[in-house]
Amino acid sequence: MSSILQVDNLVKHFDGVQAVNGVSFSIERGSCFGLLGPNGAGKTTTVEMLEGIITPTRGEIRYKGEPTGVAFRHEAGIMFQETALQEFIRVGEILELFSRFYPHTRPIDELIERCALGDFLDRDVRRLSGGQRQRLLLAIALINDPQIVFLDEPTTGLDPQARRNFWQLVNDIKREQKTLILTTHYMEEAYELCDEIIIMDHGKIIAQGSPRALLKKHFDHSVICLPAGEVPESLDSDSRMRLHRANGQVEILSDNITASIELLIARQVPLTHLQIRSRTLEDLFLELTGRELRS
Amino acid sequence: MGFRRFLAVLSARNLEFLRDRSALSWNIVLPVLIVFGFAFAFSTGGQTLFKVGLFGQPQQAPGIERFLRLKHIQFIPVESIASAIPKVERHQLDMLLETASGSYWINDQSANGYLLEQLLAGGENRFHKQTVSGEAIRYVDWLIPGVLGMNIMFSALFGVGYVIVRYRKNGVLKRLKATPITAFEFLSAQVASRLWLIVAVTTLVYAGTNLLVGFRMNGSYLTLFLVLVIGTFSMICLSLIIAARLSSEETANGLLNMISWPMMLLSGVWFSLEGSPEIIRQLAQVFPLTHMIDAARAVMIDGAGLLDIVPHLLILLAMSALFMTFGARSFKWE
Repeated sequence: MSSILQVDNLVKHFDGVQAVNGVSFSIERGSCFGLLGPNGAGKTTTVEMLEGIITPTRGEIRYKGEPTGVAFRHEAGIMFQETALQEFIRVGEILELFSRFYPHTRPIDELIERCALGDFLDRDVRRLSGGQRQRLLLAIALINDPQIVFLDEPTTGLDPQARRNFWQLVNDIKREQKTLILTTHYMEEAYELCDEIIIMDHGKIIAQGSPRALLKKHFDHSVICLPAGEVPESLDSDSRMRLHRANGQVEILSDNITASIELLIARQVPLTHLQIRSRTLEDLFLELTGRELRS
Repeated sequence: MGFRRFLAVLSARNLEFLRDRSALSWNIVLPVLIVFGFAFAFSTGGQTLFKVGLFGQPQQAPGIERFLRLKHIQFIPVESIASAIPKVERHQLDMLLETASGSYWINDQSANGYLLEQLLAGGENRFHKQTVSGEAIRYVDWLIPGVLGMNIMFSALFGVGYVIVRYRKNGVLKRLKATPITAFEFLSAQVASRLWLIVAVTTLVYAGTNLLVGFRMNGSYLTLFLVLVIGTFSMICLSLIIAARLSSEETANGLLNMISWPMMLLSGVWFSLEGSPEIIRQLAQVFPLTHMIDAARAVMIDGAGLLDIVPHLLILLAMSALFMTFGARSFKWE
């Protein structure tokens, strides 16, 4: 695969605050690229610089080897984190409006069917539910049949059904070999959809790779979960256990599940509610960015 | 310029305005209410204050000191006899005094003129009576260009300036910035949409109220229409300055009020600035509304032709070019 977007040493200052501090990466054509990070990490600023919405203080962005310009505007589809549409306009009309901005567009009927918008084409855009609105915004982002699609926290605020329905739509787009750039707070979403991710914090990239490769690189153990009340506190100081208590749960990090369970049996810990799970992207995220609350 | 994109934004903005029934109806109802209100309020008589046009220095006419000291008479300096006589004809001035030649003019159909003549005759004076004739203009005839001008001003300033600021605040402009549309295409579409809507609404209001009140119209409707189009264009261009960068509706609201209220008070919407200090009359010339209303009154009341109002139109066009250049150059999507 060849690179479609290259970012080199991107920097952005806002009134003395360094929001993005020397970020470099490249995105392969046809891949789904995820940007993760806590609030204020600089991911939305980075994405908006890629989208051409804000101008970098320093650094270079190249689309298909050229600086982003008119061609990029014609070939990029963007779904912002928060977008308002003109008032008193209906769903069908807003699709028609955006289709007239581009010389080359997808058939509107196809987008309506794909994004399941057919039942409310005559509805005022202000009267859509959260899921319907996100599907409309995705349809607008796809209207110019883009080569590269930006999805900035597309499922924030959606219920689980609507979120999974949206993932299905994103997977359909991936199958068309479109390049996707996704920012999200949902680690499960990033794991499900992304071929490669970067985790940002304090304006810098702190980890980069495929979700599976990152997990393999950072974790060589599984997690044993038990209710906190069933694990005696004397185990906390046992050097053979890496134990963490939080929210009424005890998580024991183990690279040898059999030995750990034998130890628990020896200490007469009831195993009725025992759960074993692999480390997740969320574990990695918390480990890399810390557990303290961000403002 | 991408004409297709321009038309797309124009069409969307038109739909937005026409479907916003409360805004649309207010644009139509407010001027109608004002016109009918004033037509009713001033239907039974004119203003009680006597207005005397004074050409020349009072000391050139000894013997009228007592007349000049009388209460409830406003003495208004006039620039020339030729420009003041039509005002006596239209009852806008009750009397005209020329101190150097010792002449005065009154309208022989004006009760106020007769009373002033008697007051003047009460003193020792050497003035020679001259009379003119002419039908009185009603206050509503004088008022209608002002009320329609005011409505145009509010509709242009708030309908374009405020709306673009709201678009910027809630992210509509950010979304549009991500498309191939240019700032020029977007702003042109906003101007064009508001221009035709204001022209249509104003024409409708004028025609509707004219049917019932019957305004004086001594000039050409085509010339008046030209004043309407150029004046409205100028007001919309002024709003682009406010719309250029602001993203706070509260600040925009304050600035728009700061522009619109002095303009409404000093552009002669409600009352004539004749007799007001020179500095006020000079200040009024910086407002596009002044030139639009003056040109419209000249056409409707004086029957002025296109050539007579060309200076007003040129000033309006120059102001439009200035406002638009500044507004477009400083425009930011975010």
